[in-house]
Amino acid sequence: MGKRVGIIGVGQTHHAAKRLDASGVELIAEAVTRALDDAELTIKDIDAVVIGNMDHFENINYVDMWAIDGLGAFMKPVFKVTTGGTTGTTVGACGYYQAASGLFDVVLAVGWEKNSESDTQAAIATCASPILERDAFAGAIGPLATEYSMYMKAFGATEEDSAIVAARDRNNALNNPYAHSRQAVTVEDVMNSPMLSYPIKFLDMCPRSDGSCAVIFASEEKAKKLCPKPAWVHTSVVRHDYTHFGDLEWTFMPTLERASARAYKLAGITDPLNEFDVAELYLPASTCGVKWMDSLWFCDHGGAPELIRKGTFNMDGQLPINPSGGVISTNPIGATALIRIAEGAWQIMGKSGARQIENVRKALCTGFGGCSWSDVMILGADLP
Amino acid sequence: MIYMERVAIIGVGQTKYEHGKQGNFAELVFEATSKALQDAGITRDDIDNVVTVSSDFWDGRTISSMAVSDASGAFDRDITTVEGDGTFGALYGMMRILSGSFGVTIVASHHKGSESNMNIITNTAFDPLVERKLGLDAVSSAAMQARRYMSKYGLSEEQFALVSVKNHGNAMRNPLAFLPMEITVEDVMNSRKVADPLKVLDCSPVTDGACTLILAAERQAKKLTRPAKCVWMKGVGHCSDAYRLGDRDLADTRALKDAAKRAYAMAGIDDPRRQIDVAEVYDAFSYMEPLWLEGLGICDDGKGCEYTERGYFEFGGKLPVNVSGGRLSSNPVQVAGLAGMAECVLQLRGEAEERQLDGAKVALVHGINGMCGQSHCVWILGK
Amino acid sequence: MGLYTDKRKRTHTPEGYELLTHSSGEGDYDFDWHCGPYWSKFFAEMRDNKRFMGVKCPECGNVYMPPRQVCGKCYVEMNEWVEVGPEGVLDGFTVVRFPYIDPNNGQLKKVPYTAIWVTMDGANTRFLHVCNEPDETKLEVGMRMRAVWAEKRTGGVHDIEYFELI
Repeated sequence: MGKRVGIIGVGQTHHAAKRLDASGVELIAEAVTRALDDAELTIKDIDAVVIGNMDHFENINYVDMWAIDGLGAFMKPVFKVTTGGTTGTTVGACGYYQAASGLFDVVLAVGWEKNSESDTQAAIATCASPILERDAFAGAIGPLATEYSMYMKAFGATEEDSAIVAARDRNNALNNPYAHSRQAVTVEDVMNSPMLSYPIKFLDMCPRSDGSCAVIFASEEKAKKLCPKPAWVHTSVVRHDYTHFGDLEWTFMPTLERASARAYKLAGITDPLNEFDVAELYLPASTCGVKWMDSLWFCDHGGAPELIRKGTFNMDGQLPINPSGGVISTNPIGATALIRIAEGAWQIMGKSGARQIENVRKALCTGFGGCSWSDVMILGADLP
Repeated sequence: MIYMERVAIIGVGQTKYEHGKQGNFAELVFEATSKALQDAGITRDDIDNVVTVSSDFWDGRTISSMAVSDASGAFDRDITTVEGDGTFGALYGMMRILSGSFGVTIVASHHKGSESNMNIITNTAFDPLVERKLGLDAVSSAAMQARRYMSKYGLSEEQFALVSVKNHGNAMRNPLAFLPMEITVEDVMNSRKVADPLKVLDCSPVTDGACTLILAAERQAKKLTRPAKCVWMKGVGHCSDAYRLGDRDLADTRALKDAAKRAYAMAGIDDPRRQIDVAEVYDAFSYMEPLWLEGLGICDDGKGCEYTERGYFEFGGKLPVNVSGGRLSSNPVQVAGLAGMAECVLQLRGEAEERQLDGAKVALVHGINGMCGQSHCVWILGK
Repeated sequence: MGLYTDKRKRTHTPEGYELLTHSSGEGDYDFDWHCGPYWSKFFAEMRDNKRFMGVKCPECGNVYMPPRQVCGKCYVEMNEWVEVGPEGVLDGFTVVRFPYIDPNNGQLKKVPYTAIWVTMDGANTRFLHVCNEPDETKLEVGMRMRAVWAEKRTGGVHDIEYFELI
C-alpha cells in the first residue's frame, strides 16, 4: 500500500445542534488542543496541517486561511481539501499521504462544520447540477429515501429493519460523551416518528451538528517514538465515480462495492464479517445501515435484513457497528467522516471509554457523500 | 527530509484563457485533460489517481469537484480535491505518488470567473463577523497592501506600471493568453482608478480556463514516456501567514521566505537569482511581482522595483519573469499557478515556441492562496 | 475551565456577556452558469420540439440522458445523438414532506412534492424530475410515465411541467 503511517492522537469537540459558545475557529481549536493533549504533543511538533469542511454551510471562502489561529497553522504548511460528505475521509487520507510522502513526519488533519449557521438541506441541494437537477433534488434525504424504496421492493427489506438500525446507533450514543444526540430509543419510537420522505422517518435520519475533529498522523519512525500504541493505517481507497445522479445504480452501491473490495484486497481481508472487530460506518440514514451491508461484502445482495434481525451488528454481536452512535447521532458534516476514523483509532488504542469493544485488532471506517461516493479506510493494531 | 523517488511532470494541457468561455466546467476540464494525456502519450488506463482543484465558491455549487469527476478521468480511480491554487494541488498530487500508493496522478484545475461576481466571492474570504461587513474584497485589500509596500520602501505607481507593461507585452507571444497588449507606462497610469493606488491595468482580469498536469513517479515515467517529455519536480515548499490583515505587515513576506527556503533546500539551490533561469510568479496585481521576488530571495527586500526598472526580469533580461504574460494577462483563479507550471514545463522542454528562452534548465513557479498572498507555494522544476 | 469541559449548554461567557449571533443579511449570490453545447442542444430540443435527446457512447453503447460530452467509464467524447422517450419507466420516487429553503429563490420550498427518477425508453440512465402524484401508496417502481409539457417553454428543466402516470 505504500509507506507506513500511524494515528498517534485524536481529539473531538462536544458536538451539538448549536455551539453558541464557540465561533468556528474556537471549535477547531477545541478539537486541535484535545488531539495534541491525547498525543502528548505541542503544536511545535506538527510539521504540516490539512483542513476540510463544506464551504456553503458557513459561507466562508478560503477556510484554511480563515482558521489559521485555531488550527495552529500560523507559519506552517497548510492547505484545504473538500469533497462534500466524504470530506472527513478525504482529510484523513490527506493526512495519511502527507505523512507517508517523506516530506512531513507529523501531520494534523482537521474536519469541522457549524451546520447551525445555515439551512443544511438548501446547501446540500446546491451540489446537484444547478442547470439540470437542483430543483427536484431534495437535499440528502430524497435520494436516500428513493434508494431504500427500491431495495425494499427488490429484496423484501422492511421499514422495521431500518428502525432496528436507528435504535441501535442511537442507544450506542448514550455511551459517547461527545455525541450530539443521546437518547434512549425503541424500535417502536422510530416507527412512530414523523415521516420525512417515504420511507425515511425523523428518527431514521441524521441530525446536523456543530463540531470538529482532529487526527494526528505520523510516519512509521516518528509514530513508534511518540506513541505506545498507534492505530496503523492499513489502506485507504476512494471511489467517487458519478457526476450525475441519474447515472447511479440503485439496488446496490457500486462505489462502495468497488472501494471496499479493493481495500480488502490491499489489506489482506477475505472474510470482513469475521476479520473486523469493529466498524465505524458513515450511515447518514438508518436505511443505509440495511442496504449498504450488502455492498461491504458482509452478505449477498439482499442478505442484510437477516443479519440485522439477528443482531449481528449490535455491541455484543459478531461485528459491532457504530459504538460511537454513528452519523445518526452526530453529524457536523465536514468532520463526520473523519470522526469515523477517529473513533476507529481510539478503539484500537483502547481509549474508547464506555463504548470500548474488547481487543480491537482491525477497524473498518467508511465515508459517504455527494453522488454516491464511497471512501474506505482500514486501521489495525499491528503494522500492515 | 529527503525524499527517495523522483517525480516528473510528463504531460500538460491547457485551454485558451479568455472571458466568457461557452463550455461548462466539465467540458473545459475534458479539453485540458485530453490534451495533457495526448501530450504525455498515455491514455486514461495508465493513470491511477486524480486530484481536482476546484472551488465551491467560484463554481456556485457545493461539492464543486462533482461536476468534473467524469471529465477529469476519475471513473474507478482514487480521487480527491484541493481547494486553493493549482500549485497546492500539484503538491498533493506529488505527495500521493511519494507515499508509494500511486504512480501516475492527474492534477486537473478549472475556473469560470465570468459566471459570477468576483467582488462578492472574494469578499467572502473575509471574516463574516468583522471585515466582511466592511466590504473588503481582493482588490481593496490588495490596494492596501500596495500602499503599505509603497510607503515602506518609497516606491511609486510608475514602477509598478512597468510590470504591467512587461507582462501584457510578453503575452503577445502566448496564443493562450487572454490579454496580450502593447501598452506604455502612461497607458497604465491613465487607466481607470479602481482602488487607490490600483488602476484597471494594475489588476488581473476575470478569466475562464482549465489546466491539467500529469505527474509520474520516475519508475512510471521511464515506462510510459520519453525522457524529453519529463520535467522533474526538484523542490517544493508551502507556508501560510496569519489571517487577519491587521495581524500582518502586508509588505513583510515572511511566509513566502519560509516556503522558498524549503523549496530551495530540497532542490539544492543556494543562490536563486543566479541559479534560476525562468520564473512564473503570481502577479495578481502589478505590485505583487516585485514584492514576491523579494520574498523569493531573488532580490533584497525593497529592491524588487529597482531590478524591474533595470530590465532584469524582461524577456531578454537576466532572469525572465512571467514570459507567459503572467496573471496580469490571464487569471483563472485556482488554475493560474498550475498554468505557470505548465509554462515552465514547456520552457524546460524547449517547446515554448515564440516564448522559448535559450538554455532554460531550472524554473521557479510561485502560487498564492488567500487574500494579499497569505499562503504561498514555491516550486523548483528542472530538466 | 478544563480542556474537556462540556460547554454545549452555555448562553453566556463565564464573565456574563451574552453569546451573540450575527446574520449575513439578505445578500444575493448571483450566478450565470454556462450550459455548454450539449445541454444547450438538449434544452432547445425540449423547448422547440418537445422531445428528449440523449447521446450514445461509441465504445460501450450506453445512452446517456441527460446528455453530456464525456462517457466517464470509457473517457471518450460522445457525438451520436439519439432520441429517447417519449415515455419512460418510473425507477424510483420519494414524497418529500420536510420544508427547506430553496436555494434558487431563498423561499421555503413547497411540500409535499414528489421527486422521481425516470428512465426514458431507449436511455440507460435516469432523469430526475417531479411527478404530480403526491400519494406514495399510489406509486410503484415500474409504472409507465410521460412528460406533460409546459405551455410556455424557455429551454430549461421546467419546460416539462411534471411527469404523469400513464
